[in-house]
Amino acid sequence: MISKEEVKHIAELARIKLTESQIEKYQKELSGILDFVSALANVDTTAVAPIRQITGLESVFRKDEDLGLLDQNQGQILIKQAPEHRDGFVVVPEVIKRDK
Amino acid sequence: MNQFSNLTITKARELLDNKEISAVELTQYYLNQIKSKNKDLNAFLSVSESALDQAKKSDEEIKNGSAGSLVGIPLAIKDNILVKDEICTAGSKILEKYKAAYDATVITRLKRAGAVILGKTNLDEYAMGSSTENSAFGPTKNPYDTSRVPGGSSGGSAAAVAAEMCLGALGTDTGGSIRQPASFCGVVGLKPTYGAVSRFGAVALGSSLDQIGPLAKTIEDASLIFDVISGHDPLDSTTVPNNTRTAERIAEINIGDLRIGWPKEYFEAEGIDPKVKETVQKAIAWYEAQGAKIKEISLPHTQYALAAYYIIQPAECSANLARYDGVRYGERSGDGDLMSVYTQSRGEFLGEETQRRVMIGTYVLSSGYYDAYYSKAQKVRSLIKQDFINAFEEVDVIMTPTSPVTAFKIGERVSNPLAMYAADIFTVTANLAGICGLSINCGQVDGLPVGLQILGPWFEENLLFKVGEFFTRCQYTNLCE
Repeated sequence: MISKEEVKHIAELARIKLTESQIEKYQKELSGILDFVSALANVDTTAVAPIRQITGLESVFRKDEDLGLLDQNQGQILIKQAPEHRDGFVVVPEVIKRDK
Repeated sequence: MNQFSNLTITKARELLDNKEISAVELTQYYLNQIKSKNKDLNAFLSVSESALDQAKKSDEEIKNGSAGSLVGIPLAIKDNILVKDEICTAGSKILEKYKAAYDATVITRLKRAGAVILGKTNLDEYAMGSSTENSAFGPTKNPYDTSRVPGGSSGGSAAAVAAEMCLGALGTDTGGSIRQPASFCGVVGLKPTYGAVSRFGAVALGSSLDQIGPLAKTIEDASLIFDVISGHDPLDSTTVPNNTRTAERIAEINIGDLRIGWPKEYFEAEGIDPKVKETVQKAIAWYEAQGAKIKEISLPHTQYALAAYYIIQPAECSANLARYDGVRYGERSGDGDLMSVYTQSRGEFLGEETQRRVMIGTYVLSSGYYDAYYSKAQKVRSLIKQDFINAFEEVDVIMTPTSPVTAFKIGERVSNPLAMYAADIFTVTANLAGICGLSINCGQVDGLPVGLQILGPWFEENLLFKVGEFFTRCQYTNLCE
């Protein structure tokens, strides 16, 4: 069983705010899921390479050219769907505190 | 309007080409169907206002004789695939009002082939779930029994096809999300080989597992849609070049030459309903009676597939869903500072199952746990892939039940995540190994459909269609038994 402190830590890393009752609920559920997936420890994987890409493609490139998928207008439609926008830009919360 | 009931895409194309019906009439019929049935089923989240205009255009094209393979065919699209100027919710509160600014590649291809986009179908939030109960917009109901789930996550698409609210649909399949609902709703569903269909314009979930595929009433219809949407796309670097599919089937295979694998791990799995098992066994016995060779095979790492999946999928989803941060999409919550905007927006607007998976993913990728969980799971995935490589040296295809059970009751599993995850036990292996899988109806148990899953090697979709058609053709002509 993972601890409540661990649930709080995971939630913080995942940037999800939880209520006390959620922490309790997720503590049980996440512990159950982690117990279940821990069964993999029983598999001998010595000398087995992990899958990186299932069909084996490597270093795929395409030409760096404008495919005309989005024009200025469509781009603006996307930006206007952000919760806060101004003059065609997405407004982000303050990241670095200003000197007072 | 009886001429429209029980239509298939193939049949509708014939009627359209012979000018016996018009695309506008056909589209109007399905719009009426949606109008009368959606209250009960909640299969569609939105209906396109341009559907009839698209159909008018189709009628013009038919008149001019320049018809693509899907001209005038009304299709439904799972609501995690972008259709320009249409809302795309992905079943999430965060994207409730999100309007797509461009078409996904599969939509561009469907439009080019002349298809009419009717609307967008319900799904579990961000395609995570096996019942469509995790949708922020309420569950979809199974047309066979509205107290039961249609499966998920493409439950809206499967229910829409089964209830005749469209002629075919697109879904996405990350761990069984096309095949399992197809099974629960008695329709055909294909999970193509990883890399066969472009995901450009689909809302990303588990990027090493996701594929877009068709749901339809017949295998022929599913293959028609697949032929249109598959093929290399420079905008999705995982699509494999030189694998462009055509309608050409593997004509030379006779049922008598067919070697069918019977994997004991699937039929002896814990939790399999004996009646489901019996129904699937009967279908396989039919193949044997026609001369196919049934061979017992072993896929020894099957018992670890679900555990590997529920590490890899949450890990990838935790990364893909980081973009829903209260800055770029939807509504913003919080007290103005960056951290509280992130945590409160995601705390308030992400659904419960999504939060669970994001947290599991975050945990298994976090410092100190990566090797024990994520890296270990990717190694087990190698072993699962090797199991299939070995099996396909002995047999042409593998047959299993699509799901261990028939459609379960709404509410029965939703409060127990592990019971819900167990619904994917027979389908996750194909996503982990990247192979293709087809689910077709093979009978009913207590009035509920049972799916037969046919698994094939990488890029052998045409083989799956051919093998499946042996059985479905016999069902239609009542020559079974």
